[in-house]
Amino acid sequence: MPEYTLPLMLLLPLLGAIVIAFSGRWPNIREAVSLVTAVSLAILVFSWFPAISDGARPQITLSEPLPGLSLALSLEPLGMMFACIASFLWIINTIYSIGYMRGNREKNQTRFYVCFALAIAAAMGIALADNLFTLFLFYEILTLSTYPLVAHKGDAKTIASARIYLGVLLATSIGLLLPAIIWTYVIAGTTDFTVGGIIEGKLEGAAVGLLLGLFVFGIGKAAVMPMHRWLPAAMVAPTPVSALLHAVAVVKAGVFSVTKIIIYIFGVDFLFSQPSAQWLQYMAAFTIITASVVALYQTNLKRMLAYSTIAQLSYVIMATVILKPLAEIGAAVHIAAHAFGKITLFFAAGAIYTASHKTELWQLAGIGRRMPITMAAFTIGALSMIGVPPTAGFVSKWFILAGAFQAENYLAIFTIIASTALNAMYFLPIIYFAWLSPPATGVDMDHGEAPGAILLALSVTAGLTILFFFFNQPLLDLEGQLVESLPL
Amino acid sequence: MLADHLPALQVALPLLTAPLVILLRTGFLAWLVALLASLCSLGLAMLLTATVLETGTQHYAVGGWLPPMGIGLTVDGLSALVLLLITGASSLALAGGRLSLRKDIDNRRAPMFYGAWLISMAGLCGIAVAGDAFNVFVFMEISALATYVLIAGGRDRRALSAVFKYLIIGTIGATFYLIGVGFLYMMTGTLNFADIALRLDEVTETRPIVIAAGFITIGLALKAAIFPLHVWLPRAYTYAPNAATVFIAACSTKVVIYVLLRFNFEVFHGNLPGHTDLFGVFIIPLALAGIVLASAIAIFQTNLKTMLAFSSVAQIGYIALAAGLTSEAGLMAALLHMFNHALAKGTLFLCVVAFVLTSGSASMDSLRGIGKRMPWTMAAFLVAGLSLVGVPGTAGFISKWYLVVAVIGWDGWGAALVAAIVISSLMAVVYLWRFVELAYYSEPPGGEVVPMEVSRPLRCLIWFAALANIYFGLFPQLPLALARSGTETLLGGLF
Repeated sequence: MPEYTLPLMLLLPLLGAIVIAFSGRWPNIREAVSLVTAVSLAILVFSWFPAISDGARPQITLSEPLPGLSLALSLEPLGMMFACIASFLWIINTIYSIGYMRGNREKNQTRFYVCFALAIAAAMGIALADNLFTLFLFYEILTLSTYPLVAHKGDAKTIASARIYLGVLLATSIGLLLPAIIWTYVIAGTTDFTVGGIIEGKLEGAAVGLLLGLFVFGIGKAAVMPMHRWLPAAMVAPTPVSALLHAVAVVKAGVFSVTKIIIYIFGVDFLFSQPSAQWLQYMAAFTIITASVVALYQTNLKRMLAYSTIAQLSYVIMATVILKPLAEIGAAVHIAAHAFGKITLFFAAGAIYTASHKTELWQLAGIGRRMPITMAAFTIGALSMIGVPPTAGFVSKWFILAGAFQAENYLAIFTIIASTALNAMYFLPIIYFAWLSPPATGVDMDHGEAPGAILLALSVTAGLTILFFFFNQPLLDLEGQLVESLPL
Repeated sequence: MLADHLPALQVALPLLTAPLVILLRTGFLAWLVALLASLCSLGLAMLLTATVLETGTQHYAVGGWLPPMGIGLTVDGLSALVLLLITGASSLALAGGRLSLRKDIDNRRAPMFYGAWLISMAGLCGIAVAGDAFNVFVFMEISALATYVLIAGGRDRRALSAVFKYLIIGTIGATFYLIGVGFLYMMTGTLNFADIALRLDEVTETRPIVIAAGFITIGLALKAAIFPLHVWLPRAYTYAPNAATVFIAACSTKVVIYVLLRFNFEVFHGNLPGHTDLFGVFIIPLALAGIVLASAIAIFQTNLKTMLAFSSVAQIGYIALAAGLTSEAGLMAALLHMFNHALAKGTLFLCVVAFVLTSGSASMDSLRGIGKRMPWTMAAFLVAGLSLVGVPGTAGFISKWYLVVAVIGWDGWGAALVAAIVISSLMAVVYLWRFVELAYYSEPPGGEVVPMEVSRPLRCLIWFAALANIYFGLFPQLPLALARSGTETLLGGLF
């Protein structure tokens, strides 16, 4: 594959967005264009997979605005995985969106599809970023292009929530991430992602922990507490957008960026030798436990899922800062595993809303008999969140735990066990009541399943959550390259 | 050859076209000739820039009389940058302001208005090419007097009180400057910049020279609207005819900052021990206060033009802060930001021209829902606004990057300055987003969404300007080269 296909991965969704914008008058054509763009993007991205697995590292520089600061794209295992997830889930999400947006008769659908395509282009840019500058550029574009999606409804309450979304993400990125990037540039003279990191020997002592803090809290999309407020606020968005935020692009871009910065900017070995960087695992553990406890107290389905996401994201962060090879693989795999599981859960939540307009947990009692396919998918997604085999969640948890034992990191082990218990505590009752209990008094159960497009989408993602348990070798091989150079 | 006379033509062309314009009968003809003259000046500036980048600084002796006896014109990278700004802003404003100006200006007075416009441009260009302190003063007065006419030339009577304020403060500033120049002349016997710099050595640290430096710095700071000497600016920008605001906001304060930099670096820096520190101590606190306070004030404005005007005061603060660091990186940042801010603010005010054309007023209330009615213009506004905030991929990011890099390198207080820059950037997000929400998510006055875009040529022009913001964010080679050459001139043999 020639290198000029890398910018094509950004141009394709961008081009799609333009065509969608001009075909707004004909909904069928508009949505066909969305689908065709999504499929061709996925084909393009996946055709790189074998080459990257074999160790190819294509790189292309588009422009160099400032010396040492270039707009450059490259592919490496972590980015390859993120690009695959985002481009593949975009197809399914588009199918789902068609069902959802039509089923709920949403307004401004053209704007929705245009911004969606722009967000995917930005996510591709993040996945392919060859340096911090490029990463930052697309990180901001992703924030801005998802704002109209979050504010889709346009009423006062939605706008207020969207303001929190934009405010937190922009404030953290401009206030913390940008200074961190400039600091890195000033001490290292470059911001390129380099195997082994670029900080070693340039920074010592407490400053390392401080820089790490600027990065981690600056990447608000990773939702490490206390920078998590935007995620529950964004629940006002239509469900396909929630799926985009939680599974396809946004939060994944956050943890992906943190992982990439730890591996390619700090360097795993270097960070392991720095006691001042230890604080991050405490913060991640705190976020996991706190978010799980908060989720336990939620009565709204989507809000509960949002807090579950916050906890799951910090799994990735914690796995990364265990700083052992198996844990790094676990971090990467968990990005994928959580994506499949969480998109299934959100699709199910959206299906329930579309079919019955139910949003609260107590309304769900007995709904399994009315919507068996949806609730079966929901069950699979929930089991994956807890980490029960045979689901995707088990695979990543296995690697993270193995890495934690490798490092003899008892904090991580304890946190994972405790949070697994908490996950079970808030997911299992829902499953139990949905299937086995009679409907609550005063709740109408006069609806059937959601539209076909929605069912198709959530069946596919639920199936993938299971399949990932059995067929994960290609991804493990790919991510194994991340840690080849590391001592066990 | 004609090419040898470029520096003189740069001033002469608009200056000589101005009386011609006044003789024309109709507003349209006057506008057309003024636009043509402005475009020709832009062409000249481009030619001059190319020559400077290729062969270095251009010297020109008016009438063949060599300086220091005759009048010398000097064009280096720094002047070329400023010339591009002036002529570019003028062309953009005239081309985009046709309909808006026809509305704002009485047809009988229009030829005079366009004449004043050209004189103002000639004066500003004159400041940029003049090689001696006195001619800078002369051109400064020419441009200032013509600018007062531009601001007060519209139908809005409130402009009169605004311009009176500007007149008083501008005159005080110019007088201060002249007093300073007088002292310098007294002590050195010359007015030519290079010559003063050369002879300052002999009389350095005598009291008149120190006083001269003080007068010149404060006088120019007044005219450059450096906080808290900015009081004239917001009202002048708000009540001026919209198209004139595009021109004035993009370049007039920048030209004064150009003189400020010239004096402080080319003349005083290196010849006056302690001056550099004093300059920093004077200007950095003011710049910081301006950056933070003016941004905060902008958040609470109810008129879009006033909001952008206060944002200008904050942005001038960035330029002053960068210059106050007196480092190579700082000067690069200052010069780049002059260029990039002019680009962003010019585009924003051009969008305001379009908004006011269709909705009749620049008050936020009457612009509710404008994003639905004028999607193209509003999208361009957003792009330029993001450049103002400094989002990567736009021109504003490049200068902000340089600024932060320069500030981090500054001893001791770097972190505090970075914090101030970050806070003010976030405030810029707030005031920008206040308008964006209003434009996209509130109901238009009257409740109905009626598409009412401006004419296609104006839309194209607005988007041309908006795209320039992105182009110079990804390929900033031209402003970088000019800023680097300007920095080298300013710091002379010091580095």
